[in-house]
Amino acid sequence: MTVFSFTNWIANAPQWVQSCPEWFQNLIFQLYQTFIYQDRWKFFIDGLKITFIVTIGALILGVIIGLFIAIIRTAHDNYTNKKPPLILTIINSICKLYLTIIRGTPMMVQLLVMGFVIMVPKTDFATVICGIITLGINSGAYVAEIVRSGLMSINIGQTEAGRSLGFNYVQTMWHIIIPQAVKNILPALGNEMITLLKDTSLVSVIALRDVTKQTQNIISKTYQAYVPYISLAIIYLVIVILLTRLLSIFERRLRKSDH
Amino acid sequence: MTTNETLIKVENLVKNFGNIEVLKGINSEIKRGEVVVIIGASGSGKSTFLRCLNLLEHPTDGSIFFNDINITDPKTNINLHRQKMGMVFQQFNLFPHMTILKNMTIAPIKLLKMSKEDAEAKAMELLTKVGLADRASAYPSQLSGGQKQRVAIVRALCMDPEVMLFDEPTSALDPEMVGEVLGVIKDLAASGMTMAIVTHEMGFAREVADRVIFIDEGVIAEEGTPEEIFGNPKCPRLQEFLSKVL
Repeated sequence: MTVFSFTNWIANAPQWVQSCPEWFQNLIFQLYQTFIYQDRWKFFIDGLKITFIVTIGALILGVIIGLFIAIIRTAHDNYTNKKPPLILTIINSICKLYLTIIRGTPMMVQLLVMGFVIMVPKTDFATVICGIITLGINSGAYVAEIVRSGLMSINIGQTEAGRSLGFNYVQTMWHIIIPQAVKNILPALGNEMITLLKDTSLVSVIALRDVTKQTQNIISKTYQAYVPYISLAIIYLVIVILLTRLLSIFERRLRKSDH
Repeated sequence: MTTNETLIKVENLVKNFGNIEVLKGINSEIKRGEVVVIIGASGSGKSTFLRCLNLLEHPTDGSIFFNDINITDPKTNINLHRQKMGMVFQQFNLFPHMTILKNMTIAPIKLLKMSKEDAEAKAMELLTKVGLADRASAYPSQLSGGQKQRVAIVRALCMDPEVMLFDEPTSALDPEMVGEVLGVIKDLAASGMTMAIVTHEMGFAREVADRVIFIDEGVIAEEGTPEEIFGNPKCPRLQEFLSKVL
């Protein structure tokens, strides 16, 4: 079997390629060996699958954690004139500790600690779960503060109106405060989602084969970094642009009641 | 319309905000069907007193009985009792993300388990009474202040309350809109609803009240019929207050 190299490839290339300037021939060769040779585009697709699974999983986990912490913290802070119940004080302190630790350490370090100290996943599936949990816990800390600012931006009169009708605290939050808060925090939440998507590029350190890791795998075969890495950047950029569009459509729909 | 049946009984109500003593031991009663108007200078504690009645402010000391049940007892489920105590706020506090109809029907549907059709029929009937049936599908931001407050009143009425609490219902309104809101409250008084109203509208107080309470420095300084309070005030603080506002 002949070795796959530029010289061999150009000899068998179509006529129009051979008549191009050399730098262009080189570019086409690199694109060929990055995407087409040995069906390497499948590496990108497989990697994107992992990237999306981890992003969506971490997003859901992050929103659940964030919402929970934000409600606990807001409920605790609402006791301005008297002491809150002991259980609430304890949970609130745990939440604060969590926020301090997560916001005080780098994402990369958190992945290393989870991947090699705490969870130590053995199978592929366990590694994906480990990635989702680590990113979800990280994102939750930021979502919590975003949601908390959203909840605090709603006039206290809304809570009072809800409570005076007979809704309990949770019902008031759910039917009255959260729908209004979501509208206010959607831009910040969208931003967090985009950050999360880009942060998934770090999961390669726990051997998760996301799109970044797969690109590195291709480079380890082609010994050419230029086209794979630029392509990777474009892939992330396109996804983020699409997400931004989607968010602005969603935002416009939610603004329906503002006139 | 006042009956002999006590609906709300307040015993030695004390409320502190931090180190500041706002209410210093208030004793009072509201009978079923009675219209009580609470007046007083700014910072006298009249709004705090009203807000204590449905525990929006939790009393520091003392007891409040509603239908003979001690609602200040931590074991009492206040949410159930609040369903029977409608409240109208100075700032309207309509839910801006819901239409007028949704504002009015959400509580009856979620809390009283009323069907959507029944709740909407009832809401429309009440909206018609206050002349806003055509605004049912509008959002609060599309309404004037007076319209918002009328909606806030009928939103509370949708829960079939036994008492209505009004916290300065006309203070945030442009002068030309005060009349339409007071009109609705007067109609409500005429229908026999029990009401506690905090207001600065002395003419209205005189017209609608069965009893007027003057709160000063956190205590009830004087109370009586509108004729006694406005015609023949005894307490010097009340005389001074009335000379400023009338």
